[in-house]
Order: sequence, then C-alpha cells, then structure tokens
Amino acid sequence: MCRRVVVLRVEVCARARERRGLALAEAGVPATTYRGNRVRRSSDKETGMIVAGIDVGSKNTKIVALRDGEVAVRVTVSSGFDQEESARVGLEKAAAELDIGFDDFAFVAATGVGRKAIAFAGHLLTEVAADARGAAALDPEARTVIDVGADEARAIRVDEGGKVLDFAVNEKCAAGAGAFVEAMSRALEVSLKEFGEISLESTESIPMNAQCTVFAESEVVSLIHSNTAPKDIARAVHDAMAGRVSAMVRRAGVQGAVVIGGGVAHNVGFVQALKDTLGVAELRVLPQPEYLGALGAALAAADKAGDKAGEGARVAGEA
Amino acid sequence: MTEEIQEFWRWSEKNWRAPGLDWRDASVVTAGIDVGSVSSQAVILADGVVFAYHSTRTGSNSPDSAKKALGGATEGTGMTLDDVHYVVGTGYGRVNVPFANRAITEIACHARGANSMIGPTVRTILDMGGQDCKVIRCDEKGKVQNFIMNDKCAAGTGRGMEVIADALGVPIEDIGSRSFDIDDEPPPVSNVCTVFAKSEATALLKAGWSINRVLASYCAAMAERVAGLIDRLGMEPEFFITGGIAKNAGVVRRIERLVGVKAVPLPDDTDLDPQIAGALGAALFAHALYRKEQRAAAAAG
Amino acid sequence: MIANYGYRDGSGEYYVTIDTDLCIECEGRWCVEACPERLFEIARDDYDDEVATIVASARKLLKERCSGCKPAGGYGSLPCTTACEFGAISHSW
Repeated sequence: MCRRVVVLRVEVCARARERRGLALAEAGVPATTYRGNRVRRSSDKETGMIVAGIDVGSKNTKIVALRDGEVAVRVTVSSGFDQEESARVGLEKAAAELDIGFDDFAFVAATGVGRKAIAFAGHLLTEVAADARGAAALDPEARTVIDVGADEARAIRVDEGGKVLDFAVNEKCAAGAGAFVEAMSRALEVSLKEFGEISLESTESIPMNAQCTVFAESEVVSLIHSNTAPKDIARAVHDAMAGRVSAMVRRAGVQGAVVIGGGVAHNVGFVQALKDTLGVAELRVLPQPEYLGALGAALAAADKAGDKAGEGARVAGEA
Repeated sequence: MTEEIQEFWRWSEKNWRAPGLDWRDASVVTAGIDVGSVSSQAVILADGVVFAYHSTRTGSNSPDSAKKALGGATEGTGMTLDDVHYVVGTGYGRVNVPFANRAITEIACHARGANSMIGPTVRTILDMGGQDCKVIRCDEKGKVQNFIMNDKCAAGTGRGMEVIADALGVPIEDIGSRSFDIDDEPPPVSNVCTVFAKSEATALLKAGWSINRVLASYCAAMAERVAGLIDRLGMEPEFFITGGIAKNAGVVRRIERLVGVKAVPLPDDTDLDPQIAGALGAALFAHALYRKEQRAAAAAG
Repeated sequence: MIANYGYRDGSGEYYVTIDTDLCIECEGRWCVEACPERLFEIARDDYDDEVATIVASARKLLKERCSGCKPAGGYGSLPCTTACEFGAISHSW
C-alpha cells in the first residue's frame, strides 16, 4: 500500500511537470475560477508562502490557495470520475493563476468525501475538522457551524478556539442535502437561484408528505398539476428540508452565533426556512460558503507548512 | 376470463369471476378494497368464497380508484353497492374509500389474505409494492404477530427500481433476466439512497461495467435491503411474497438466497393472484365483521 | 403484536417498536404524556384492542422528531421507554 502511494506521487509529479501551463487549455472539465483578495500581484518575484486546500466533494472539487495566510485564489472543478486527476487539474489552474508551478505549493491538504483519492496531498483532514477550521477563520464568533452541500450536510458545535465539541452528519440520504432542493427545482423547471428567491414571496405554508427525494418529486409534480403556486411549492420544499437539517443541527446542539456554509447557503429560500425552523435570531451566511471546507484544509496546510519550516525541513511542493 | 396488460413492475390489470357461482345464491356478500399507491384491487366474497376480483391502476384520487376497482369486479354481474352487505377498505388510501364500513390496515389484511391463499402454514409475508415494502409475521390464523414496514424511502421499492431502470435505459420487465446474464455476481451497489445509487450506477458504467452487471449489483442491493427487514423480524417458513416486485426474479431469487428460504408459490389449482392478497384479506375481515354484527343484532333481539 | 414503526433510509434505521400485547393491560398510558413530541396515541387496532401507536404523521420523521431526546454526544434514558412500566417500547437507534 505504501509503495503504491509513493509510486503514484512520483507519477503525478512527472505528469504535472509535463503538463504545466497546458492545464487550462487541456482541461476538458467545466471550471470556474475566482480571484480572491490578492495580497501581492502575480508579477512579484517573491511569491511568499503558498499553500492549498482541496475539498473533494462528490460533485465538485473546490480549491483554496493561501499566500502568507491570505486567500489568493479559489478554483472549482468538476470532481468527475478520476478525482485525483480532477484535483490535479484544479490545482494546476490555481498555480497558473498564481504564476507558480504545481510543485511550488509549500503544502497541500485535502478534505471532503473523496480526499483519500488525493495521493499528492501531504495531509488529509475530515470534513468536520475542515469546516470548523474554516468557520473559525471566517467568523470567530461562530459556535454552531452548519455546512449543507449537494450530497451531504453537517452541523458542528465548536468552542471559542474553534475546537470541535460535537457534530452530526448526514451523508447517505439525498433528502437531507442540496440534492433534494436541486431535484425539486428541476421538477418545477425553475433555476436553483429563482427557486430560492420565489420561496421568500410565498405566503402559504403547505406541508410536504414525502420525506424521500424520489417520492417528493412525484409530490411536487402533483402539486403543480393541482395548480399550487410555484412560490408555495418552493417554500414547502425548503421548509421540509429545513426541518431535516435543523433536527441534525439540534442533535449537535445550537449555541452562540450560528453560521452556515456549503453551496446550499447560496439558496436564500433555504436559509430563511432554516433560520425560522431553528428559531434563531440570526443565521450568518459565510462569505464564499462553498469554499468553507477548502479554506479549512488550506489553513491546515499552512499550519503544516509552518511546522515544517520550523523544523528546518525542506518545504517540498509535492509533500 | 383473464385479461392481462403488462405494465412494467406495476400491478397488472386483471379481472376474474368464479365460474358457475351466482352471488344471488349467497346470504352474505362482502367486499374488500385495497387502494394502493399504484394499483387498486377489489375482491367480492359470496358467503366467504371469492366470487370476483378486479385490479386496476390507482388514479389521481382514492375514492374514484376505489369505485373503479369495485365497479370492475361487479361489472356485468348485476350487483350494485346495495347488494354488498359490508365493505372493508385497506391500503394507503383506505380512509378515503367512501362506501367502506370500516378501514383496516394493509398489514392485517395482507396477513389474512395470505393465510387464506396459502393456508395456515404461511408465517412470513413479504409485500414489495410500488412505494413501500412490508414484512409481516403471522400465526396459523393469519393474525399479525409482528410487522415492519418502510414507506418513507424509495430504496427497496418499485419506484426505486424504476429510477435505476430509467437511468440505465432498460425496460423494467427485462431487469430480472438480464441481472442473471453475468459471469459472476458483483458486489451490491453501496449507496442505499436511490438518488446516490443512480449516480453510482452511472459511475459503474463509466468504469466499464456492463449494464447487466450494474443491474445485478442493484438487484443485489435491493435484495440485501429487503432481507435486512426480514431479518429484523426473523424468518419463519412458509414464506410468501406479494406485490409488484414479486415478478422481478432478479430481486426475488437474491432475497431467497440471502434468507435461505424459498418463497412458496400459489397452489396450481387457484385462479387467485398474489396481488389481491390485501383486498382478499379485507373482504374476509368484512365477512367476519358482518357476521359479528348480525350475531350481536340477533342477541339484542 | 409487535409493531415496528419507522423506516430505514440511506442514513440509517429508525424504528420505534411497541409490543402492543403489553399495552392491553396498561391503564396508565404514560407514553402519551411522557413524549415531549407527542408521538404516541392510543388507538383501536385492527383486532379491536386499544393499544399505543405512533401518530401517522410522525412515522416517516422519527429520526427528526426523536432528535430532541437524542443529542449527538450520546443520551441516557428516553422519556417514552422510561415511562412505560411494561417495557413495551424500544428504539432501534
């Protein structure tokens, strides 16, 4: 097993060197790139210490690169079939953005459901650890951290230092994750963004009977046929999902400032429904919520790189 | 007279009358109506003997579906609702059978119906429907001793199978045979959730698996799931399977393998169909309840 | 009758089991009052016995509805199982 990992790392690095610079053009995967708050311009010769965190989700792989502790670039690529390859393509994109080579990252840490596929990552951390770490950095007051992604949801209770006290997870049932809302917006034939927005205009609360994504699709279709207003259907969907997510949050415990990350935090209808269901005065949406896990991983990578530097060890890009 | 229309995993349309039996000769006529999520059945008993049954697709509302099922069973017999002494409604739409004297759960009705079809030796009943899955243990009289059901999650139901069949572009009725057309039995799909299992199935195809192998893997997962329900109650032979998935050998044979017991077939000389077990049980309850009412009335003078 | 109310979904198995033969002797019906979510009710079953059941609207939501009594960090005794003198109630998770 160990030998296999070593071999893989060598191969990856060789391939990476070959392909460096071509990655953007060659990447056949849909990708979006965000430029974050750059600390220095890419023309600077002195690049500072650059580390990266990779969050390998079931659908998308998110990457956050830090330069001297500040977010320098964010990249999203589709996780695809070969998760390591996708992560590598994403990291090469990040490197290109930063005008550095793939090997110039001082440290790479990975999290997310597919993190174990990333053989070139020097450190792996759980999604819970990454979320707690990222949330503490984004909002030091955060005590209850909620992360709702496409395929999974988590609630984490943390102390003042960002240490995990308790957590609850749902990763095996689509009804408790973003996939549920996505499927329902498809059934209603509206974009996810619009689905969230119209939900806020609803004045009528209709209970949903189905608790399963597959059955709920049929229920939404029959609601459409019975001429229920789309805004009321959207609200019913968000309320139903908020009920499931809030039960998970209560299991972990609700305390202090409640923050939410994950891609579903972009959905204003869901956030409102969750706030109401939880009965909290404020539910803070973290900035760039979908990068919460990747940010946490990047911060962990920075720690590792710092430790290494402290030990006087050579900071190896591929480590 | 039997008409059958193949309708994927769903219940087939069916209409049957007992040859040479006239309901007018009977002193007690009762009906059981099972309004399921996908199909509805009506069974009519003349003095406790099956006189007619009809199975039809459930429409958009339960009362109409109940009427349609009963209408199908009485059609051409000259029987009207007034001629039926007692009606029991069962199934998911049981409380919406407008002309029912009483609603009884499908759990109790399936046990009673299976007991009548197979005999007092039947102890474990598995009903795999379009939107639910139930396991019932009963005694020699068909009285429920223990039951478990799952109607919350699509995994392990006909609907879940349909989603996978759609994703793979395979007609549902072909799944059973195709799932055995493989070199070796693959491990079951690891995701329980139908939504995630669908993604997994697609990923397996991309990884080079044949469609048949993916089907086998999904059937195995479904069988494992159903066998898990059976294990919670404990399997006691004889074992009887009802419901739409009973027709999918790909799932049934794998369940039999897992629980180590073969399901009993219906006797050769019967014209009954496993799909009417719930409605038959309801009709038998109706017969017993009507007789009880009559006795009580007689005792009261 | 041993009645298993609940479900199994991708995330796990959530069944509340009630041995209704034990309910027949019960006069206190403590479960109804004990549950903070009011999940129990007394109803006439198919064989005309008055027994405890889980309210129909909660049967697909047990994981959520019971979550208040089951914090992630572990839990002690449950109000429903503690209240039932006959030991008729149990949870699968």
